[in-house]
Formats: sequence, C-alpha cells, structure tokens
Amino acid sequence: MSIEETNPSADTGAPIIEIVGLNKWFGPFHVLRDINLSVAPRERIVICGPSGSGKSTLIRCINRLEDHQEGQITVDGTALTHDLKNIDAIRREVGMVFQSFNLFPHLTVLENCTLAPIWVRKTPKAEAEAFAMELLERVKIPEQADKYPGQLSGGQQQRVAIARSLCMRPNIMLFDEPTSALDPEMIKEVLDVMVDLAESGMTMLVVTHEMGFASQVADRVMFMDEGQIVEQNTPDEFFNNPQSDRSKLFLSQILSSH
Amino acid sequence: MTDQAFHRQQAELLPQQPAPATTVGIVGWARTNLFSSWSNSVVTLIAIYILWLVISSFVQWAFIDADVSGTDRFACTSDGACWAWIDQRIQQFLYGFYPAGETWRINIAFVLLFPALAPWMFENVPGARYLRWFSIAYPVIATILLAGGLGLTVVTTDKFGGFMLNLTVGLAGIVLSLPFGIILALGRQSRLPVIRILSIVFIESVRGVPLITLLFVSNIILPIFLPPDVALDSVVRVIVMVTAFASAYMAEVIRGGLQAIPNGQYEAAQAMGLSYWKSMRLIILPQALKISIPGVVNTFIGLFKDTTLVIIIGLFDILGIANAMVSNPDWLGLSSETYVVVALFFFIVCFSMSRYSVHLERKLDTTKR
Repeated sequence: MSIEETNPSADTGAPIIEIVGLNKWFGPFHVLRDINLSVAPRERIVICGPSGSGKSTLIRCINRLEDHQEGQITVDGTALTHDLKNIDAIRREVGMVFQSFNLFPHLTVLENCTLAPIWVRKTPKAEAEAFAMELLERVKIPEQADKYPGQLSGGQQQRVAIARSLCMRPNIMLFDEPTSALDPEMIKEVLDVMVDLAESGMTMLVVTHEMGFASQVADRVMFMDEGQIVEQNTPDEFFNNPQSDRSKLFLSQILSSH
Repeated sequence: MTDQAFHRQQAELLPQQPAPATTVGIVGWARTNLFSSWSNSVVTLIAIYILWLVISSFVQWAFIDADVSGTDRFACTSDGACWAWIDQRIQQFLYGFYPAGETWRINIAFVLLFPALAPWMFENVPGARYLRWFSIAYPVIATILLAGGLGLTVVTTDKFGGFMLNLTVGLAGIVLSLPFGIILALGRQSRLPVIRILSIVFIESVRGVPLITLLFVSNIILPIFLPPDVALDSVVRVIVMVTAFASAYMAEVIRGGLQAIPNGQYEAAQAMGLSYWKSMRLIILPQALKISIPGVVNTFIGLFKDTTLVIIIGLFDILGIANAMVSNPDWLGLSSETYVVVALFFFIVCFSMSRYSVHLERKLDTTKR
C-alpha cells in the first residue's frame, strides 16, 4: 500500500486541508483571527512568525489538539467537529512531530513505532515491525531499534519521532518547531530527513525558523503575526521581497541571529 | 600554565585510565565515606561502638542466655530470653482458632500463593501464560480452601486468626486497592463533573476518617441499614473497609504519578489516534505507576500493618493473640519475647515488599542499560 493509493484526493486538485474563517480564543485572548487556508495535496508549507503569533496553535487545530470556537476545518474530506469519530479518522491521517519529541520513554524505539499501527490500525505485529524497520532505515537509525529513547541523542530522538508518525501511513505531516529543541550540530540530520520526506511527495505543514529549509523545499511560506496570516508567498518572493513591515522586521531579526 | 602548553595541540586523544586504587573497592569506599577526615573518623568509631553495644547485648539475651525448652514460665531459669512457649503457641500464632486438623488447608493456600504471584512479579517465569489463569482463579481457590465448601469442612471466619488473618486481609486489601486506587485517581482527573465529584467525595471522606472509625462503622452502623437477614461476614467487612481506606490513599499516590507525566505524552498519544482508555493503558499509566512505586509500596506496607486493627471488632490477629498470651498466667512476663516474634513476622513481610519495590524500580529504569 503506497501513500498515493490511500490518498483519495491526490492529484485531483481538490484541497487536502481547507480552513475557512477560523477563530480561536484562549480565555479572553484572541489567538487565531479569521484564518483562511487551503492546502493542496503534496503541498509543502512553511509557517513562520514571532513567538505567540499563533502558528503552533494553528497546526494543532488541524488534528484537534486544540479545539476552535468559530470556523470550519476540513481534512481530506472529513469535517472536524466535536464528533469523536471524525476526530479519530483525521488523527489517523495526520502525523505530528513535536518540538520536544514526545517519544514514550518506557517503550523501545521499535515499540514506539509499532504501538499506534498495532492498537489503532490493527496491523498484525510482524507487519507493523517490518514497516517500522523500513522507516527506521529511512531515517538512518535502524541499529537503535531496541534502545530506549532516553539513550538516544536529541537528533536521533526526533528522527525516531518522525518515523513513528510515518508508521501510521499519514497523508499529511505537521511539524511543530521540530528543530528548536536540538543542539546546533543535530539540526541538519533532522532537516535532511524532512527534506527527503518533502521530496517523496508528502503534504507538509512545518512551523520552523529554519529559513534554509524553507527556501529549499517549501512551495509556500506563510508569515503569521498576532493570530493572522500577514503574508504568504513563494520562498523566493518572501525572502527577497517581503511586502509587509512586520515580515521585513521579522526577517531582519531572524537573519541577523544566524 | 605556560603559553606553550596552552597552545599545544594534542596529537591524539588520551586513552582511558583506571581510577586511582585508593578510590575504588572497599578500602576506597571506607576512606571516602568513613574516614575522610579526623572528625569523620571519630564519629565512625563512636557509631561502631554503639552498634556493638546494642547488637552484642541483644545477641546475649536472644541466643546465648536463652532457654528454648520447657512447658511453662518456670522452666526458664536463665537471665536471657525464654523461647520455650514458641513450641506450644506457634500454632495459634499462625492459624488462630482454626481447627487443628484442618490447618493443612491454610498451608496449601499459602504455598499456592507463590505460583499465583510469580508471573506478575517476575520476568521469564516458565509457563507464565498458564500461571496467569491460575492467578485469576487463585482468590476462588484460596477462599474455598480457607472457608470450606466443595467437600471441605466449612470453617466460619470467626475461627480465622493469627498471622493467617493478617495475610488474608492484607493480601486481599493489596490486590483490590491498587485497581480501585487507579480508577479513583483517573476519576478525580475526569472531565465529566459527576465522576470527578464522586471520586473526590469518596477519597476525601474516607481519607479524612481514621481506619478504626471505619471498622466500627462497618461493624455497628452498617448492620442497622442492611436488611436483618443480610449478615455480612466480619472478615469480608474488614476487607471491604481496609480496601476502601487504602484505595483512597492509593488514588492520591497515583494522582501524583499522573501529574508528573508531561502533557506532551498525552498529546503524542492523542495525535496518533489512541482513544482515552488505550492511551491511559499503554502510555500514561505504565509511566505514572512506575513513578508511583515508592508511594504505592508505602501504602501497601501501611495497609498490611493496619490489619492489626481488626482486634477492634473482636477478631484475633497475630497481635491480638500475642496480647492474650502475654496475660496468660502460664507464660506471664514474656512480653518482650512475644512482641519480638510478632515484630519479626511483620518485618519479614514488609521488608520483602520494600526490597521487591527496589528491584522493580531498577528493572523499569529505561534511562541506563
């Protein structure tokens, strides 16, 4: 079963994620303001912006780690409502990689990868393990399969986390600042895996400040500030010719720190 | 450091070298821990002297000067301990008033306890899969062995006593209070207000009352509310109350463990599509229980020692029988010897639990291996 076969909307031109009029509040704080976003299958979007701009919250709404108060989110034809059946269906299709890895420390690397396929997708154990080993090869750490997460470096843990998400054969991958918690010398090994994934045709939404990654693989860069999408464009246009003052300021701060 | 040394580049990395001999082994340990300084050495020597005084006089009393045979108090003529009563009274200490001809049933139930516990406590137990089925059947088997039925003479629970009563109540309480504690801890964190409030009310009201009070309630007040023909067995009542009491404490210990699990673990489980119960069972509880092991075992040990409170409602556990014996004219004045033996029984069980918890913590430690 390849990724394309499981993806009914692939190559039909219909958006795989459709967000219309999304509003969200944390208490009185208006964190997402009237977000409209349409993601095409296989599209790779990098979301950047200052901290507190709502970029993490936005992608966490897509798999319902946060619920929203207004607006519609449709993922791969399924509307995200309070209906648990729909939420579960969407979570099976959407993989997520976190800033702090969130591997399960009491399980080995291989068990981390096979847990959801076995318990959620009801994949036979042997099949799940074979597929997990395939993906661990792909992220270049098959030799760590029997170790525990606590024995791995940060970069290795994040690559395991990516493999773990891919084990569910998702159509969409969300990345929430995947390299922000890593030591500088480990960032590249994780980005390499993400570039490889992007080149394989995965739909990806990546919250990151790695502008090199953005210009290398992104189809679109989105700049968010104060809960709104301020500007979106191709990476070339965005980096060389930012339109708004806020994105100019943001870019100058990001680039001066590198 | 000269400039030259500072700028020198190392041609190759230094090889690993063994630690200095004076810092390893028993000698090294004693040097760093017992005799590291002049004052430390003095404290060490004083401590060794006090230990010697206490241990030598106890050994003198308990073994060297002791009398071990005889039929009553006056057979003991030396200054030391009088162990002569053990031979005559051990039966009561262990089995209470259980009919003498039937005590083999208790022994069998006790021996069967080990294969019932083994598959849950240790890895690589041969035939663990079948033993687990046996463990599940064990409570029924043990109940029939102890209380009778299926061709065995019925022994009513008012004949239960001695250490066998402590073990019965203690084990039943331990086995039942863990699952109830988990359910209460999860209930207290539930998003459903009814479940949360019920859990909080149960935990706080049971925890806010002494166990003795609960035992009185079960003995005196419960029968008033129950229909007259429903007579709850007194041992069953004690097990229910001890379990309720320990569950409330257990729930709070486990809640502490649950709160130590980072939010990211819940989110990762959710993001992969695991349901609430699956994520609890597979992700959250294994980690929360591991953190809670010291507190859980602490509660188990407390529960086991609390089984001595059954004397309040007229059951004679090992301590009750010891109390009765101390005032028996034949063996008057042997309270030290009697209570030393009682203490030894409790110590063996409680210390085993403590050692097992240390073993379990080491086994489950996934950070270094």
